[in-house]
This record gives sequence, C-alpha cells and structure tokens, in this order.
Amino acid sequence: MIVGIPGALYSYTGASDVEAEGGTLGALIADLDRRYPGLRFRIIDEQDRFRRHIRCFVNGVQSFDLDQPLSGDDEVVLVQALSGG
Amino acid sequence: MPAQTLIFVATRKGAWIYRSDAARERWVPDGPHFLGHIIHHLMLDPRDGRTLLAAASTGHLGPTMFRSTDFGRTWDEAKAPPAFAKAADGEKGRSVHHNFWLAPGHAGEPGVWYVGTSPQGLFRSEDGGSTWEGVAGFNDDPLFRKWSSDEQAGTPDGPMLHSVIVDPRDAKHLYVGMSSGGVHESRDGGASWTPMIDGMAVWGDFDPSVMEFHDPHCVRVCPSNPDRLYQQNHCGIYRIDRPETTWTRIGNAMPHEIGDVGFPMTVHPRDADTAWVFPMDGTMVWPRTSIDGKPAVYATRDGGASWARQDKGMPADQAWWTVKRQAMCADTHDPVGLYFGTTSGALWASRDEGGSWSEIAAHLPHIFAVESAVLE
Repeated sequence: MIVGIPGALYSYTGASDVEAEGGTLGALIADLDRRYPGLRFRIIDEQDRFRRHIRCFVNGVQSFDLDQPLSGDDEVVLVQALSGG
Repeated sequence: MPAQTLIFVATRKGAWIYRSDAARERWVPDGPHFLGHIIHHLMLDPRDGRTLLAAASTGHLGPTMFRSTDFGRTWDEAKAPPAFAKAADGEKGRSVHHNFWLAPGHAGEPGVWYVGTSPQGLFRSEDGGSTWEGVAGFNDDPLFRKWSSDEQAGTPDGPMLHSVIVDPRDAKHLYVGMSSGGVHESRDGGASWTPMIDGMAVWGDFDPSVMEFHDPHCVRVCPSNPDRLYQQNHCGIYRIDRPETTWTRIGNAMPHEIGDVGFPMTVHPRDADTAWVFPMDGTMVWPRTSIDGKPAVYATRDGGASWARQDKGMPADQAWWTVKRQAMCADTHDPVGLYFGTTSGALWASRDEGGSWSEIAAHLPHIFAVESAVLE
C-alpha cells in the first residue's frame, strides 16, 4: 500500500508517498524501517509508543495501535504535529 | 601543516564548525549542519582526530546519533541509537528523549564512546557511535532508577546524565554527574557505582543525604592530574583531590556579590590549579543570567583559593547572558584559548586564557554546547 510520509522523514524516504506492506500497522512500519533504515525509531519509541509529535491516520482515523489490522486498500498517512518555535 | 583550531557549536537549530589557525584571530564558519535539528552535543574524537559525533533530534522525531569521518561533509546515522530496554508488560518503560552528553572512551579503547541521556541513562558504543548499548549497572540498578526520576521530573529540559568522565589512566574508572542525583564513581567500567556527594550542599534546609536533592551542573577532570576534579554545582563550586571522598567548596572564595552559582566549568589542559567558571544569578527566582547584566568569567590559578574576574572585551552592562553547562571549553594551545556560547546565540573566545575576549559569532540559535579541537 502507499504510505504518506511527513516532510521530516523525507531524508529517509526521499518522497512524500512510498510503498510498504504489512498486515498490521506495526508490521507496516517495520517494513518501512527495512526499506528506510532508522525511520521507525524516529517515530516510535523503545516502548513501542508513537512519539509525542507524530500522528498516524488509517483511512482518516487517528490510530496509536500498532496491532491494528490493515488490508491492502487501506490508506495510511504519517503526520508531524509540532507546536512551538 | 600549520595547526588548525576547530570549534564545534551545537544549537537548538543545528550545528556549526568554526575554523581558524593556531593564531585564532579569524574564524570561518562551516554550517549550518542539520539545520532545524536540535543538536545537544557535537564532538570530535580526540583519539583519531576525524570521527565526529552529533547527538540529534528534532521537534517531531525521536533522538538519534549521526557520525561523520570527513568533518561533516557527509553524515551516517547510527544503526542502533541509544534506547532503554523494553519494559515488561505492566511496567512503565523509559524512552530516551535526547542524547545529551557525549564522551569519548579511553585512549586504549578506540571506538568506545559513552553518552548520558535525558531521562538519565548511560549508554556505550564500541564501534565509533554506530550501535549503542545501555550500561546495565547504571540503567537497570533499582537505586539509580529511583534517583534518576523520569522525563516529567527535574529541570525544564528534563533530568540529564552529564559529565561522563573516563579516567585517562584507567578505562574502567568512570565518573558521572546526575542533574538530579549527585556525582557517582565506578571502578569496574560501570558495573557498580559509589556515590560521591560528601561535602556537596543542597538547597535550603533539604537533607543532603537524600540523593535526589543533589544537583551537580558540570564536573571536569584535570588532564594534567586526573586525581583532581572540579565541579560547578547548583549550590557552589567544588574541588576534590582523590583519594579524598569529600568535596571542598572552593566557591566560598568567590566575591560575595558574585556568589558561586553557575552551569559550566572548564579546566586548564596542563595546569591543574587553573580553572574557569561563568557565574550566574541564583537569587530569588533564579534568573540564571549574568549578574547585574555584567557578564564575566572568573578564573582561579591556585586551585580555588582565590578567583579573578575576566571580562575585558565583554559588554560592560545590559548583557543578560546564560551559558549552559556544556557551552564553555578550553583548547590545548599555549596560551590556552577559551570559548563559550550563550543561549542568545553569541560565541565568544579568548586567546589568552581569559585575559581578553572577543565575539567571534553572533545571531546563532540558542547554544547548547561548545567543544574545541586542535589538529596538527
């Protein structure tokens, strides 16, 4: 499936939309990390929590659940959400 | 080749490298590197003179480490940045918020680095900063877990493990400072630790036997005499000469109107009696700015028995500077060059051991750390 990538991660992916596969949100992000090494730890901490200023939307609905099942036609978008200067 | 002098400046919005020759009269900026990244520390490996590590994060992204062996022309990201162990089900796990204090390992252990983090953890790399492992004797010890607090506790920037010191005579002899939690020593490479807080004051009427009340800001070992350590603490300036175990408050010799509050402290590379501090206002609500808006470095040439003001070239008034604990350093030239950076983005230098000062850069972002290196 195509995953939307925030600008802060273009240094890894080189693009705003990239291909990745996975039956769950966690598996999808693991696949992203295989394709773009280091990406996962920038958005998911060592306790498997999304980092404070990263949001993930599946079909337009915010999700923090790495076990959330995905199907091939789901739309996944990662977003950066930062406040302050 | 003539000596090249480098200053590594880590800021809230990126990193810069300033280059000069041995005369240190003119400085050429190289940067920004990592524009927009939060760089807490940028340090050159003194053992090989070419490996540069940058402790980085951004406002959005988690912490990582970048490594360069060509002075920042290209950077590689660490394959396994510092990360706490995954907590067992039902337990609250810790997450590294930022890598704070880089320290190259012993000269006999090339490729070994340490880093202190926030929340307070200690990590070690054995491959030049590419992969990192937690030092279990610190990170997993129940007492240190208690003393370390979590990311919600401590100072506004989070509790920080800092002042990671490797004894140049013994790779297994380590010291660390905890921004809440005291100073600690290990003689077995970090497997076990002994508190070193005797003689250190705590604020007000709090109990100095309670580790969490201790707030060392910066601890330095003297390269010319590794038995001597200096410390700038939240509550005073101290010295200890090992094997003594009690710190002596040498800040009592500072002028009363200046006091002995500050963040950074740096030491002379060849004279263990000489050290410098940058005093700050610790009255009332703790502005932590230059006292009365009149910035100055204070130097001791006699191990802290006396202090002399060094402000020639600095603004005489209305300069409300803050210099953080990693933001002052000394080079190895003779006479020694001194450097400090302010949170208002100015970089200052002295070519004569503090006798006179000049601003070599202005308008940088908030400066976190300043390091120097001399390449022959």
